[in-house]
Amino acid sequence: MTTASLTDSASLGATSPKKGLSAWQTWGIILVTPYLLVFAFFVVYPVLYAFWLAHKPESYVHLFNDPIFVRSIWNTLAFLIIGINLKMIVALLLSGFFMNERKWVKALSVIFILPWAVPSIPTILSVRFMLNPEWGVINQLIFRFTAEDGPNWLNDPQLALFLAILVHIWKSLPFWTLILLAGRLAISGDLYEAASVDGANSWQKFRFVTWPSMQQLYLTCTILSMIWTLGDFNSVYLLTGGGPADLTHVLATLGIRYLRLDQVDLSMATIVCALPIILPLVYVMMKRLSK
Amino acid sequence: MKTFFRTASNEAKLLLVGIPVLIWTLLPIYHLCLFAFSDKQSAFSGALFPAHPTLRNFEVVFGQKHYFLHLFWQQLFNSVFIALATGALTLLVATSAAFAISRLKVKGGRTVLNLALFTYFIPAAFLAVPMYRTMGLYGLLNSQWALILAMVTIASPYAIWVLKQASDKLPYELDEAAVMDGATPMQLFRLVYIPLMLPSLVAVGTYAILLAWNEYLYAFLLLSKDTQITLPVALGNFLAADDSPWELLMTTGLIYALPPAAMYYAVKKYMVGGLTAGAVKS
Repeated sequence: MTTASLTDSASLGATSPKKGLSAWQTWGIILVTPYLLVFAFFVVYPVLYAFWLAHKPESYVHLFNDPIFVRSIWNTLAFLIIGINLKMIVALLLSGFFMNERKWVKALSVIFILPWAVPSIPTILSVRFMLNPEWGVINQLIFRFTAEDGPNWLNDPQLALFLAILVHIWKSLPFWTLILLAGRLAISGDLYEAASVDGANSWQKFRFVTWPSMQQLYLTCTILSMIWTLGDFNSVYLLTGGGPADLTHVLATLGIRYLRLDQVDLSMATIVCALPIILPLVYVMMKRLSK
Repeated sequence: MKTFFRTASNEAKLLLVGIPVLIWTLLPIYHLCLFAFSDKQSAFSGALFPAHPTLRNFEVVFGQKHYFLHLFWQQLFNSVFIALATGALTLLVATSAAFAISRLKVKGGRTVLNLALFTYFIPAAFLAVPMYRTMGLYGLLNSQWALILAMVTIASPYAIWVLKQASDKLPYELDEAAVMDGATPMQLFRLVYIPLMLPSLVAVGTYAILLAWNEYLYAFLLLSKDTQITLPVALGNFLAADDSPWELLMTTGLIYALPPAAMYYAVKKYMVGGLTAGAVKS
């Protein structure tokens, strides 16, 4: 009896050829089906549909003749290259700061996570009002101290885009810091001890112990963050609304703008134009993950 | 004495990082609270502290005494409903899938997981556009189910992945013992798997609820009737007016931001564990 059960459980999960599908496989298929349906209906089909809608060449002619589109490509690249690298470097440095065992540092790390835990809209709107040229607290302070009017922050396209990048960093810095902190915590303490014995200073410890162990994680995080930031609609839309004069759009907000203007073909074409940015990132990511 | 100066200078260096980090983190949140507890005049005067703290704004919001807020309770309820429905559906879909992949070793399970994670290689705003159109084709547009299903689509891959990681750690002998006692796969699922996975289920459920509660873009695209929209969409609509009542907007925003923050801290232990487990592996 016992032996029989044991051999039975040894083949657990494997298909028994005699009975066709085992009960385990049948149940496995039944249980995985709901997700497959969700994936088919709400990921696969929309993606295929998007490509079908984006097939008309005249959409692309129209897009590249639209100065807003060309501008938003540059904005998107600025957002990714400046914004993400700045964010990841700060996250890397801050993760080192949060390694500290002091009580107040631990308490600070709990507060530090807030921007990520609260929804974007109230906080971004709060920043938007702070930057209001007349009533915002920043310009009122500038006026109080210098008796001069502060800049019209969100009316200068370059400044406004930079501020949108800062809002993005404010929101997602805690998440990446947390991930990199986990990476640092995974490094064995012995390595640091050995380095201390060899008389390494803190820069050398970072350069020869921390960085080699963190490099892979850091690059993975940077790539992932770039992919996700391409889809960041809130930071730009809620802060500047794409303005002034549609000069601060990124591809994400521009795609939605065309959709709201009932130009679905253009909207899809915008997304397809982002593929040269997305595909290399996804390719690198896949290679890293399959390693 | 020398060591004293050394510790003091170390502490000072740490504070030099800590204080800017604290200010940077809290500034927008403090500003939000400042507006919520000030009357309009004091809020617009650039005061750094509320001279006469007041609860008047909350009274207006809870009493729905402003044109933009006449459906506040309805919209709050919509947000709650959509978040809870997303949490429940995600748990149902993801737990079944994770159980099938990790414990029943369904054929092709690994492929399903990889396909699922592929969802995250599509930037959210880019998926939103075709998703909006397909929801129209399915006849779901202007139904809250469109948003719920969209949120389940986005929450599930991460949920399945976290649950699979956690369930791989359960000892396999448990399943064998259950089988020896004559348990069917579904009994194993209900009586052994679910109880043991409870901590991870709490984390994943919270994650899905927070995702749906915080979502702006999909909600803004997929819902349009005033009686159906969630709170963030209502907040976005405030901006349409030239003379937006900013102090009320911030008050509503604060009310809207509190539940997810509280929930996050309540289950932080599980959330961070789940997150970091994956991060270090990659």
